[in-house]
Amino acid sequence: MKRYDAIVIGGGLVGSAIAYGLAREGLRAALIDEGDVAYRASRGNFGLVWVQSKGDGAPHYQRWTRRSADQWLALAAELFERTGISVGHERPGGIHLCLGETELEARHAMMERMRVQSGNLGFEYRMLDHHELADMLPGLGPSVIGGSWTPYDGHANPLNLLHALHTGFVDKGGRYIPNTTIGKANPAPGDFRIGTGEGEIGAPKVVLAAGLGNARLALLFGLSAPVKPQRGQILVTERAQHVLPMPTTTIRQTVEGGIMLGDSQEDVGFDTSQKPAVMQMIARRAVLSFPWLRELQIVRAWAALRVMPPDGLPIYDQSERFPGAFTANCHSGVTLAGAHANLFAPMVAAGALDPALDLFSAKRFDVSAAA
Amino acid sequence: MFRRRPDSNPATITVTVEGRTVPVPAGASAAAAVLIAGFSSIRETPVEGRERGPYCMMGICFDCLAEIDGVPNRQSCMVEARPGMRIRRQIRARQIEFGKG
Repeated sequence: MKRYDAIVIGGGLVGSAIAYGLAREGLRAALIDEGDVAYRASRGNFGLVWVQSKGDGAPHYQRWTRRSADQWLALAAELFERTGISVGHERPGGIHLCLGETELEARHAMMERMRVQSGNLGFEYRMLDHHELADMLPGLGPSVIGGSWTPYDGHANPLNLLHALHTGFVDKGGRYIPNTTIGKANPAPGDFRIGTGEGEIGAPKVVLAAGLGNARLALLFGLSAPVKPQRGQILVTERAQHVLPMPTTTIRQTVEGGIMLGDSQEDVGFDTSQKPAVMQMIARRAVLSFPWLRELQIVRAWAALRVMPPDGLPIYDQSERFPGAFTANCHSGVTLAGAHANLFAPMVAAGALDPALDLFSAKRFDVSAAA
Repeated sequence: MFRRRPDSNPATITVTVEGRTVPVPAGASAAAAVLIAGFSSIRETPVEGRERGPYCMMGICFDCLAEIDGVPNRQSCMVEARPGMRIRRQIRARQIEFGKG
């Protein structure tokens, strides 16, 4: 049986970022990936590195997201240096557009709550009116009456990120094992054995980062990860002249010039089909925001499933029954890649999660513990 | 490289590619017209300005993008040639016209 220092289950953005971080820490790591039978949120996401709306009522999540966005700068530079792959990361700040008074008032109230909750960390934001926004965003539609801005937000190419993390992991001596679905596990404290396409492998540590697959896997390791799918749909336009200097929550222009539109959150189970009514809603809101989008052709569209914990916040745990087994689950694999590679992986390598992550334990969903 | 099947004998129509008048068989695609006219490239890529021309001829690769009758970024392999059609180079990314919409 081949032995490693750590096995990461899940080759998407969460698993790859952690596996890359572990390999960089000097661990001999294996990264187990499923295959095209998996739902693969990492192949379908929007690409924001987004801070401004994360963690209202959960300051620990706001802090974690901010720390990740800060780590992103170093991670992107390091990945480029190590792999030659540009992940297209920019951090020009970001804007949330509001299409009516109700939206604007709700947004302002939320931003102010988050500022208060941020405590000593601080939370720099500004509410901007139409004219201020129009100076920043060319061709802004009259329906946009205002919006919120923070300097923390940015975006990147999520497919290049995934590619760079995989390449960097292998370059650091990591072993990538694809086309492996974990049937059953053979866990013991500090000794985990996993059947793979390359035979059984073992390690004293295992990290469960299998996205929606964690709901089933976690139970095998004395853990819990009650994640459910939430569908999102995305439309992409033809490549156009570069006009948007920064991303908004639902509209961003890629380095290559295509404009991505994504604005849906649907609870429909494991259904990745596209729905014209939702696509129409996305297009309508986008054209209200930027009327010139009406002229552009949509060249691609898809649906994908977010990995959604019940309260939308990430789940991080180490198993009490089987120490050495960790979970990492979230719907923000792009935004949190910086934290996963640079902060979470070193904790796994050290064998203990930082107390700052205690509040992310899935124990928060345990009704008897909360009562 | 491209030869017509001996059994096909459609009527000929005329289009222009970069201002050059080209006779093409009725039913041919605009991308076919580009190739018949002898152009190996019909666009420049948005980021690096590299030359690209019709490749997959089935709507997948987007390398045949052209300006057709004034509309930029058309997939010319998916557009049937029409009499008098004007096919021009797609130079880099499409320009945005803020007045429209």
